[in-house]
Amino acid sequence: MAEAMLEVEGLKAGYGPAEVLFGVGLVLRKGEVAALMGRNGAGKSTTLKAIMGLLPPRGGRVRFNGRDITGLPPFRIARLGLGYVPEERRIFTDLTVAENLEVGRRPAPGGRAAWTPERLFAIFPNLAEMRHRRAAAMSGGEQQMLTIARTLMGNPQAVLLDEPSEGLAPVIVEQMAEAVLRMKVEGIAVLLSEQNLDFAAAVSDRAYVIEKGDIRYQGTMEALEADDHVREAYLTV
Amino acid sequence: MEPGFLVVQALSGLASASSLFVIASGLTLVFGVTRIVNFAHGSFYMLGAYMAVTIVPWLLEFDRSPWLFFIGVLASAAVVGLLGVAMELLLLRRIYKVPELFQLLATFGVVLMVQDAVLKIWGPVDIAGPRAPGLRHGVYILDQRFPAYELFLIFVGPVVLGLLWLLMHRTRFGILIRAATRDREMVGALGVNQALLFTGTLFLGAFLAGLGGALQIPRVSASGQMDISIITEVFVVTVIGGMGSVTGAFLAALLIGQLQAFGVLIFPKITLVLVFLLMAAVLVVKPWGLLGRPEAAAGRAALPEGILHPAPFDHVGRLIALLAVAAVLVLPLFGDAYVMKVVTEVLVFALAAFSLNFLVGNGGIVSFGHAAYFGLGAYAAGLLVTRLGLPMEPALLAAPIAGGAFAALFGFFVVRLSGIYLAMLTLAFAQIAYAVCFQWVEVTGGDNGVVGVWPSAWASSRHVYLYLVAACSIGAILALRHVLYAPFGATLRAARDSEQRADAIGVDVRTHRWLGFTLAGAAAGLAGGLYAFSKGSIDPTLLSIPMSVDFLAMILLGGIQTVMGPLLGAAAFHAIKDAVMPLTDYWRFLLGAAIIALVLIFPRGLGGAYAALRARA
Repeated sequence: MAEAMLEVEGLKAGYGPAEVLFGVGLVLRKGEVAALMGRNGAGKSTTLKAIMGLLPPRGGRVRFNGRDITGLPPFRIARLGLGYVPEERRIFTDLTVAENLEVGRRPAPGGRAAWTPERLFAIFPNLAEMRHRRAAAMSGGEQQMLTIARTLMGNPQAVLLDEPSEGLAPVIVEQMAEAVLRMKVEGIAVLLSEQNLDFAAAVSDRAYVIEKGDIRYQGTMEALEADDHVREAYLTV
Repeated sequence: MEPGFLVVQALSGLASASSLFVIASGLTLVFGVTRIVNFAHGSFYMLGAYMAVTIVPWLLEFDRSPWLFFIGVLASAAVVGLLGVAMELLLLRRIYKVPELFQLLATFGVVLMVQDAVLKIWGPVDIAGPRAPGLRHGVYILDQRFPAYELFLIFVGPVVLGLLWLLMHRTRFGILIRAATRDREMVGALGVNQALLFTGTLFLGAFLAGLGGALQIPRVSASGQMDISIITEVFVVTVIGGMGSVTGAFLAALLIGQLQAFGVLIFPKITLVLVFLLMAAVLVVKPWGLLGRPEAAAGRAALPEGILHPAPFDHVGRLIALLAVAAVLVLPLFGDAYVMKVVTEVLVFALAAFSLNFLVGNGGIVSFGHAAYFGLGAYAAGLLVTRLGLPMEPALLAAPIAGGAFAALFGFFVVRLSGIYLAMLTLAFAQIAYAVCFQWVEVTGGDNGVVGVWPSAWASSRHVYLYLVAACSIGAILALRHVLYAPFGATLRAARDSEQRADAIGVDVRTHRWLGFTLAGAAAGLAGGLYAFSKGSIDPTLLSIPMSVDFLAMILLGGIQTVMGPLLGAAAFHAIKDAVMPLTDYWRFLLGAAIIALVLIFPRGLGGAYAALRARA
């Protein structure tokens, strides 16, 4: 089994008086794709935000490459090699595609080839054609590609991918799946939050199921697909 | 009019537009990234001028060359830029997350501190700067003489615009600034150290303000009043242009430059008013300014925590209130004249502060110009008595009517906006009122104001007048408090907490806010009228920015999330001010430092601290 890259133990977080996470624990191993599955409001996005430091954790521990990153500011966490792709895309609409990529650019850790706009355009050919277009004038699917490319410009070793298939046309969802598998080929570990079981099954090695701020199930993706009971209890709407 | 004259007038409009743009671009950049409206930007401008009148003559001693002049100007701007860095590191960094009202107040605290520091370092006398070598002559345009330096200034604006464009589009720093203007949290999640970005932006912003000030020295002397006069103009430029938009600021500066150049020919008395009318007109049509965009939800500053549960008086509260009233009633039997003067004024300010918190704490309407209605009430009463010879009683009746009428007029525009634009518009209206009182000398007495505003004979003794003030003020406070507990007050709180949801359940948010604004204006007007008769005079300081800030400091001190806290705040603030002010030459410095300290360590005020204590017990 590959060595653990991201270790989350007993993570608690919330907004104001509302507690959302009650001690989430999960592990992301080197080079794997893991899915964090659950219904709306189960705590998927909150988990990713709390790991990234965008929401201050109220308890628990987050380790990345053996280093304690609990409560570090987001830019420190990003610089350690953990990338984040937000659910709402949050691209910089006033900036061009090329400028959006520039904001994400960080030097690659020693020995690895850095991502360049050219390498990313090879993966996301639509972006190449609109590199000088303002991001506000792009379709939703193109914006989703751009957020992933922007995060890759930071040369992360692992990426938190929040609901990558949400609200996208089926053909774009397929492109997203290819992008995730491509990241895996490049040796980047991916933790994605997802409601769409088909999408998760197509790209993930393992799955966690979260409900009401607690991890209720963990196992291989195949085992989850085979387990009707868990699927009905926590995933079907 | 001759064509030559018109051309020269247009050119001088361009020259002042250019200067205005250089300063405003810095403010708008800083706002775009930090979301803080920096009052101290005017102080940076003033410091730029003072630095330049110190550095440039020293450099020109070596050689009277144009190069040394401009090196001196740039060096002055750079020093001011470093002061901007210091302000970011020491203050702004700690207040990025606090509500915008507190940010405005804290930066105004810096304004006050800088004013006294400048007085201490450079003295009270204006300092004239050297003329620019090589640009001292005049050029003739259609037979009209036009100063060469003004011609030079016309080119500075577009050059700065061009350089800023290159910086923003061709450098990584600029691209990061533009990205942070849209979504600074996301910029951080991508690994950018926002702290460095913010510090860099403050350097750039303060540098531009300092440059604007340093470039003025051949035209105007450096003086201690430069900060407030420029900051309101620059606010207007950035608001008209759209906050955060450099190009918008350029367009707005051009508009205002021409409006002032030609407005002065047609309405020489009311140029200031014209500028503010332009702003009000633009905001009604385009609430985000010419090139501004609606605030992204992620970048919006939080409203201050307002009144949540207006509990009726409990036994302790009722006892305290009764004791306070009783103390006021028996005081004239024991107190000396000084104590009675202070108590009278405290009662007046308590009403003004209560009416302001009716807007801020209860309605979420952050008015930065509440002194306007206080002052207009005072002027209405004072002018009726002195100019028309009316007795005190009808004049006191006219005060709340005037305050309410102007609040209704200004409020009609104000309630169409929200957040920082709303605060800026209330400030602008207050400055219009101030400008009219200041410039319309024949009626208002201008800077000196009017004396001889005395009560009727029956109320002329300090005792009786104190009772009169107590009756009016406590009566008005209780009436306003009743409104706050009534469904009307609850509706305002609902609209404060969620405008959309209030709208969705059928509340006419705008009309409710408009009525609330009018009511608060009337109460402030009554306070102003009472104040005029207690002082015996009126003058423009009654509706100046510092007066508005005093009111805000009172409610902040008392705690804006409490109902009765503002009364406590008014009493504490005024008593301390009255006791400490005569003891020191540096009152403004102390006040500024106190406001900053209040924002940093005591954001819930005295009333909030009491409520927290009671909740714990």
